[in-house]
Amino acid sequence: MTTKYALTTIGAKPLPQDTHSCWSCGSMRAAHFCESCGKVQPPVPVDYFTFFGLPTKLNLDVAALEKSFYELSRRLHPDLNARAGSQEQEWSLEQSSLLNDAYRTLRDPIKRTEYLLHLEGVELEEQSKSATEQARATGAMKKQIVPPDLLEEVFELNMQLEELRMSKKMGEEDPALIAEIGKQKLSLEAKHESLLQELQADWKEWDSLIDSAQASSEERGQATSRMVDVLNRRNYIRNLVRDVNAALEE
Amino acid sequence: MASDRIVGIDLGTTNSLVAFMQGETPVVIPGDDGLNLLPSVVALDASNQPVVGNAARNSLIETPERAVYSIKRLMGRGVEDIQEELKLFPFRLAEDLQPGEVLRIKLGDKTFTPPEISALILRQLKRSAERFFGEPVTKAVITVPAYFNDAQRQATKDAGRIAGLEVLRLVNEPTAASLAYGLDKKQNGIVAVYDLGGGTFDVSILKLHDGIFEVIATNGDTHLGGDDIDNLLITIALDDIRGDLNLDLRRNAEAVQAIRKAVIEAKIALSSQPSVKLDIELPGGHRYQREITRDQYEQLIQPVIDRTVGPCKQAMKDANLKPEQIDEVVLVGGSTRIPKVRALVKELFHREPHTDLNPDEVVALGAAVQANILGGGSEATENMLLLDVTPLSLGIEVAGGVTDKIILRNSTIPASATQFYTTQIDGQTNVAIHVLQGERELAKDCRSLARFDLKGVPPMAAGIPRVEVKFLIDANGILHVSAREQRSGKEADIQVQPSYGLTDEQVEGMILDSFDNAEEDFRQRQLIEARAETATIMAALEKGKKSAAWGQLTTDEKKQIAKMEKSLAAVNAEDDYHAIRKAIDALNQGTMRLAELMMDTAVSSALKGKNMNETDLGEGPTPPHPMAPPEFQ
Repeated sequence: MTTKYALTTIGAKPLPQDTHSCWSCGSMRAAHFCESCGKVQPPVPVDYFTFFGLPTKLNLDVAALEKSFYELSRRLHPDLNARAGSQEQEWSLEQSSLLNDAYRTLRDPIKRTEYLLHLEGVELEEQSKSATEQARATGAMKKQIVPPDLLEEVFELNMQLEELRMSKKMGEEDPALIAEIGKQKLSLEAKHESLLQELQADWKEWDSLIDSAQASSEERGQATSRMVDVLNRRNYIRNLVRDVNAALEE
Repeated sequence: MASDRIVGIDLGTTNSLVAFMQGETPVVIPGDDGLNLLPSVVALDASNQPVVGNAARNSLIETPERAVYSIKRLMGRGVEDIQEELKLFPFRLAEDLQPGEVLRIKLGDKTFTPPEISALILRQLKRSAERFFGEPVTKAVITVPAYFNDAQRQATKDAGRIAGLEVLRLVNEPTAASLAYGLDKKQNGIVAVYDLGGGTFDVSILKLHDGIFEVIATNGDTHLGGDDIDNLLITIALDDIRGDLNLDLRRNAEAVQAIRKAVIEAKIALSSQPSVKLDIELPGGHRYQREITRDQYEQLIQPVIDRTVGPCKQAMKDANLKPEQIDEVVLVGGSTRIPKVRALVKELFHREPHTDLNPDEVVALGAAVQANILGGGSEATENMLLLDVTPLSLGIEVAGGVTDKIILRNSTIPASATQFYTTQIDGQTNVAIHVLQGERELAKDCRSLARFDLKGVPPMAAGIPRVEVKFLIDANGILHVSAREQRSGKEADIQVQPSYGLTDEQVEGMILDSFDNAEEDFRQRQLIEARAETATIMAALEKGKKSAAWGQLTTDEKKQIAKMEKSLAAVNAEDDYHAIRKAIDALNQGTMRLAELMMDTAVSSALKGKNMNETDLGEGPTPPHPMAPPEFQ
């Protein structure tokens, strides 16, 4: 029911950046502020990539992104527009929250990928802990597919975790069991790492589709569903690692 | 005659300060007692007038039922979450308090909400600033603990409004401190700020980059500070007294306050001495004497200071940094004077912490820097920009009493999130939303911020309406909510019921009362000061008449002066401050030649243009200094 990135108003066509004139001095302006008079402009609903003037590609230069985040912050932040009129202050607040939301999303590789998938109209399974808790609390079946290649491993790991919890409850400690779980954890972390590499390969593919400009919707669909698959498995493993850590620390 | 001057205020648990940028340096403005620190204590005097600061501190011992301290601990809190505080602090709650109502504290037989008490402290600081500048001060930046939640922030903002201050920004205390430090350092790198004050603990990790102060992670505990150490020492003293003297003083407010005063002094001494002797006079002619060694003291406080370890580690984990990656550590807050605390910080961050700036003043100085930035900046603050974060995740309650986090902690603010809601029943026109703040998974374990009722959803079949709700955390860390039904485009009406706050109307009512008073007070003070000046100039004139210079004036000049003297005496008896000022100025002008003649010929040329008030340097008081208390005859 809930959508994470709706602020970008899905489907809104990115507006061309340089065809608008400044509300205050009338000269041609940059997207978010006026190049000539520096005034903050009303926010335009665009996606996070467009906000930064970037193509919707997944390999991006995070250092350059940070640089432009700082530059835009110096223009848009409410602290630097505290003496402007109330309307402009309002725009400054909206623009700078949009800037912060966009930067937070794009600088993180996983969030960036999820966001792109969202823009493409694909929703990921809810793997979050709150979704799990919610499913548990309401008794609903949670839509979560165990990656087939992990079925056996996960089953065994869950048994061991249960055993660990029981023994901890009894005040006992089973070093062999803890060592075994530790080993499983390492293997999960290695899997997690290799999934991230797989994801980077998918990024490359996606970016070349964007570059070629004639990619069919079928090709795009294939690329996104590969990423969905990787992300789902990755999220599943991440949750497992979290459970293991929690059980070990309890 | 509102001025654009913006002051920076540190509204602390134990002490409060006001500062401003004097040229390129932030400076603290002293109070009328000449001291920089205003104790955050409020009391009612015998005629039920509020007194603040050192004056109120005395009444803590003499009339403890008419005084309150550490009120910051109650800001933005409900009666159910202060049970722990009530065991340790002599807060006297109003008896008729309803559940869910904003707390009210009894002073004598009057009651005040925590924001009103804080407003009295703020008003005192505002007066100090007004005395300093000689004009009204209406705009301020106020600091809050970084780990303050929405309700605590809102309560602080309300206090500002009640005091007649427009609060342009709430700044997090550790971040403000980093601004004060960064002002002269201007370097790039990672800085950790460890801020242990009277009642709150914060840790913030910042990245400094060409004047941008970007907070990467923050953590803390809004109920941890020097107060906790005091309470430990008080408890031990009370136990001792009960054991040795068979005297139960726990309910004796005067005695408890006397013990509190003594243990605070002992605590401070133990930061520099190997041991102290407590020697406290008790009711009934008893005495309590005890020696405390530094070793005993450090063992005793270890559990308190150990509570800062978790937040520090969590902040480093959230920032994804190891201690080795932190370039500088800055100490803030009076409790960081404790050697054991310094040792702990060194151990945590593998680095000797900075203590160049006074830990009691650095937050206020940073607030003044931020005030300067908001006011358009200066050479000193050029290129400086603070990017702060929200300390706690924002969530909404979803089915099953679970929290769905929509803005995660340590997100740079302003930050926003949008959620879509629909209806469950055909024709439903209201949607209830419960907003939460905190890290826990279940709604009941998080802090309830507000319950919103989305009203005026057009009646449609269940599941058809699509209400877009936008949550925005502004640069003060305060939440704003707006909603729109997408299918009809209709703006939904939002009724905010802050779970622990004052409504706008309540604040409004409090402002008007105290704002009227403030204006009246300011007028009164101006009048008193003008009359003092009248007395000064009249005395100087009397002296002038007896001097040889008087004989050198023409009859006409003497007549003119006599006339002006008469009219000053006349308006001085009235209450019109402007008229008095005008008459003083006239007399000053009219006596300029007399003043000149009075001066020794050798210096007279150097003093050309000076008037009577200033030339009368002989034996009178030195000219009024803005920091000196106004002198009344």
